Amino acid sequence: MTYLWGGMILVGIIYGAFTGNLKEVSEAVVSSSGEAVSLCISMAGITAMWTGIMKIAENTGLVAGIAEKMRPLIRFLFPRIDPDSRAGRFICLNFLSNCLGLSWASTSSGLIAVRELAELEERRRKTGTGGRKKGTASNEMCTFLIINVSSLQLIPVNMIAYRTQYGSVNPTAIVGPAVLATAVSTGAAVIFCRIADRKGRNP
Amino acid sequence: MISFLSSILIPLILFYVIGCGILAKRDVYHDFLEGAGDGLKIVKDLIPTLIGLMTGVGVLRASGFLDFLGDIFGKVTSAAGISPEIVPLALVRLFSSSAASGLLLDIFKEFGTDSLTGFTASLILSSTESVFYCMSVYFGSVGVQKTRYTLAGALTATFAGIAASVWLAGYLL
Repeated sequence: MTYLWGGMILVGIIYGAFTGNLKEVSEAVVSSSGEAVSLCISMAGITAMWTGIMKIAENTGLVAGIAEKMRPLIRFLFPRIDPDSRAGRFICLNFLSNCLGLSWASTSSGLIAVRELAELEERRRKTGTGGRKKGTASNEMCTFLIINVSSLQLIPVNMIAYRTQYGSVNPTAIVGPAVLATAVSTGAAVIFCRIADRKGRNP
Repeated sequence: MISFLSSILIPLILFYVIGCGILAKRDVYHDFLEGAGDGLKIVKDLIPTLIGLMTGVGVLRASGFLDFLGDIFGKVTSAAGISPEIVPLALVRLFSSSAASGLLLDIFKEFGTDSLTGFTASLILSSTESVFYCMSVYFGSVGVQKTRYTLAGALTATFAGIAASVWLAGYLL
């Protein structure tokens, strides 16, 4: 992340200097950092709302019920995680809400899942059972992230809305192909994770 | 039909979860407050990450570097029969969903939603995610800097999604 972020800023400034865009770059520094804070504010509200609702669902056993049904999936993708742990359950919730297109619910459950994965890694470090150094992603975190960014959303609701708004004759024509394309990207992600996970175990 | 279902999804979930909680005689309001408090703490820890990330993306976009990259790759891909507008879209998509939506609407205005370019663009945005944004948010929230093979895997998945979109759009239209 250090090189990625540092690189973004340095490359941006160097390129901006060559093309005479430094004025725009300075404006971007001010406006983007401001936008980030407004994003955090709207994010705070909706994330807290979802984590609140999920707490209710967790305490009434709904989350466990959903995770129960998705158990084979967790076993397959995260062989070293107990499907009944909090990490396993919130990964299920994240995948499910992602598929349904509930982006804020999936971010909220995803953040909890990643935190649980970090705690799991901490326990592994303490007991000497293959935890990685602090600040390094565990295999489970890598798998979780890769599957997440492979796009799980089945029905692209926003896209249909945009297409309707811009006068598409058949706005929902993309649903079928979008499901296929998403299946391809997620399939690629699953294959990649299975191979990398097997190779990268036991540091 | 689909838009109707998606508009009632959230109220339905809230109704079901809270209903079940009350039937199970749980103190749902107390549970909600506890969970919401946890969520707020997570977001609070995320603020520095998001400021850093969005400033980085903002600088990179304002400098024109992404357009420059898009132009170069666009020349290569237009030789392969893919319209040059698709590449900058795919690139921006890696960094920011909202910026990519902006580009998508430009494409819709210029080429129409049902053109090959418009259709391909719709598919790409439906089958990919903003890789750098997601990685920063999730890893940033737990203080992970070394992300190992995540980026390679994420780019593999994204590339597979883009390739499938381009092929499907060409095949269907």
